[in-house]
Amino acid sequence: MSSTKYILGLFDDPDDMMHGIDKLQKNSIPIYDVYTPMPIHGIEAKLGIKDSRLGYAAFMFGCLGGTVIFSMVYYFLVHDWPINIGGKPNFAIPDFIPPTFEWTVLFAAFGMSFTFFYATHLFPGRAPRVMDLRATNDRFVIAIDAKGNVPHEDITNLLKEAGAVEVKHNDRKYVSYE
Amino acid sequence: MKTHNSFDERFEFTGNIKTWSLIAIVIGILVIALGFITNQGERTFDNLLLMGYYFTCVCIAGVFFCAIQYVAQAGWSVAILRIPHAFIKVLPYAAAILIAIIVAGLFLTHTGVSEEGKEVVVPYLYKTWAAKGLTNTGSENYDAIIAGKSGYLNIPFFLARMIIFLGSYSLLGWLLVKYSNNEDSLGGMFNYDKSFKVACLFLVIFGFTIPLFAFDAIMSLEAHWFSTMFGWYNFAALWVSGLSVITLVTIYLRDKGYLSWITEDHLHNMGQLIFGFSVFWTYLWFAQFLLTYYANIPEETEYFYKRWEPQFKIWFWLNIVINFATPLLVLMSRDSKRMIPILKTACIILILGHWLDYFIMIMPGTVGPQSSWATEIGWIEAGVFIGFAGLFTFMIFTALSTFTSLIPKKHPLLEESLHHHI
Repeated sequence: MSSTKYILGLFDDPDDMMHGIDKLQKNSIPIYDVYTPMPIHGIEAKLGIKDSRLGYAAFMFGCLGGTVIFSMVYYFLVHDWPINIGGKPNFAIPDFIPPTFEWTVLFAAFGMSFTFFYATHLFPGRAPRVMDLRATNDRFVIAIDAKGNVPHEDITNLLKEAGAVEVKHNDRKYVSYE
Repeated sequence: MKTHNSFDERFEFTGNIKTWSLIAIVIGILVIALGFITNQGERTFDNLLLMGYYFTCVCIAGVFFCAIQYVAQAGWSVAILRIPHAFIKVLPYAAAILIAIIVAGLFLTHTGVSEEGKEVVVPYLYKTWAAKGLTNTGSENYDAIIAGKSGYLNIPFFLARMIIFLGSYSLLGWLLVKYSNNEDSLGGMFNYDKSFKVACLFLVIFGFTIPLFAFDAIMSLEAHWFSTMFGWYNFAALWVSGLSVITLVTIYLRDKGYLSWITEDHLHNMGQLIFGFSVFWTYLWFAQFLLTYYANIPEETEYFYKRWEPQFKIWFWLNIVINFATPLLVLMSRDSKRMIPILKTACIILILGHWLDYFIMIMPGTVGPQSSWATEIGWIEAGVFIGFAGLFTFMIFTALSTFTSLIPKKHPLLEESLHHHI
């Protein structure tokens, strides 16, 4: 039993990498993840990645923000300290709309950002965990979980055939500064 | 996946749709005639203005759509560009119809009842500023506010503005279509570059003149009142309704087996634009309403006061509900923008919704309230709408059938559009 945890195929060309994904999929080798320095069109569909649920988070945070400010303004202007403004009723809904709108947007934006940071383990002071440092520079990396039953040499050969410039057998999942 | 498309396919305008559009035109003409016979001339004229304006605005939206695609150098839209091109081809006719309605409305007079209850002879349209004697200090009809505005709001200048605005939109639109047709036969970047320049010029002219166009055609119906928001509010209505019509025509053609290269990705983009600009429309609608509500100045609130009459109130609120809630609830999710039946339904609702929007802009200040809210929208409204819808369908599809190809087949960004994917 080898100590290899992940096999990384490093490509210097996105087309070669897409070709590599095809080859691996044709041979039923599950791909753990793919890291690229830039967005690659159509890669989510190819890897079968589910749609992001970030939109739902944004929606919920937006609803929360709208509800919070509407209740607050209601409490201030109707319940706690009613003021006669231009003879209008205290519960003048049109006047409540602009703050409600603003807080909806504010909560949605901040909530979505923080959800994203939480989901991707990013926050200030945290060194990002990456599987290969050059994936943020000039290498297109396919990561394969080495615990499958496929012999590691076969995976290496497939990646090489597809045009990988380097194949790494890593004992640790991440190379990072932590 | 389809790999080959026939770009030389032409649209043939035949079959049911042609028959029905002609029947609709006949219904429209009969209803207009009947409107005058039953002595409801003013209401008929207001409906004619409403639909003439709506028709023209949708065609202008076609020019605007093409222009922003050229200026933004957008690639995705090339596949559907022929549909706004067809709108552009119809724009001169639409503009001529609108100007004819306005001229007839300004110069034909009838005996109406003024706000003080006196019987007066007034023109069918724009009676608040175009009636005789409003600007003569000696006249019993003298109106100091209108006299103060008469440097801008007088018939010759008004008509000159209408002709210049609509003429320049038509001319620049015509150039865009001409360059696109030349491009089809010649290829290369030459025509594309020229389109870019024309599109820039159009957008500058359009940006400065479309608010004035709305002020003139619609806001001046109630010339005592004004709102600086009105121009952009009308622009938003123009753009949303224009996008909805472009999408609806695209979906129709796709259902009929044309435009095989249009995928749900293109329609998704249209859905996004409709969704976004519906929210923009709501923003402007609400901004205009809130400022008036908050300031509570009589000369401003008079506009909403008229729309607060029990006969109009329900339509007034229905307007904001359907034009805001429909896109918000129906078109927000990605999936519903990609499901053709849902997108189609949303487009139809928005087209009717923006008719109601224009209705609420025009009717309360002109014919005023009828006996009950239910009779506000009667056979005249329905008939004139049907007539113009038929006319629009007939002219758009006739224009579309004159193109030798349903896609600008040598457009430099064609490949990008065919592989559009979002």
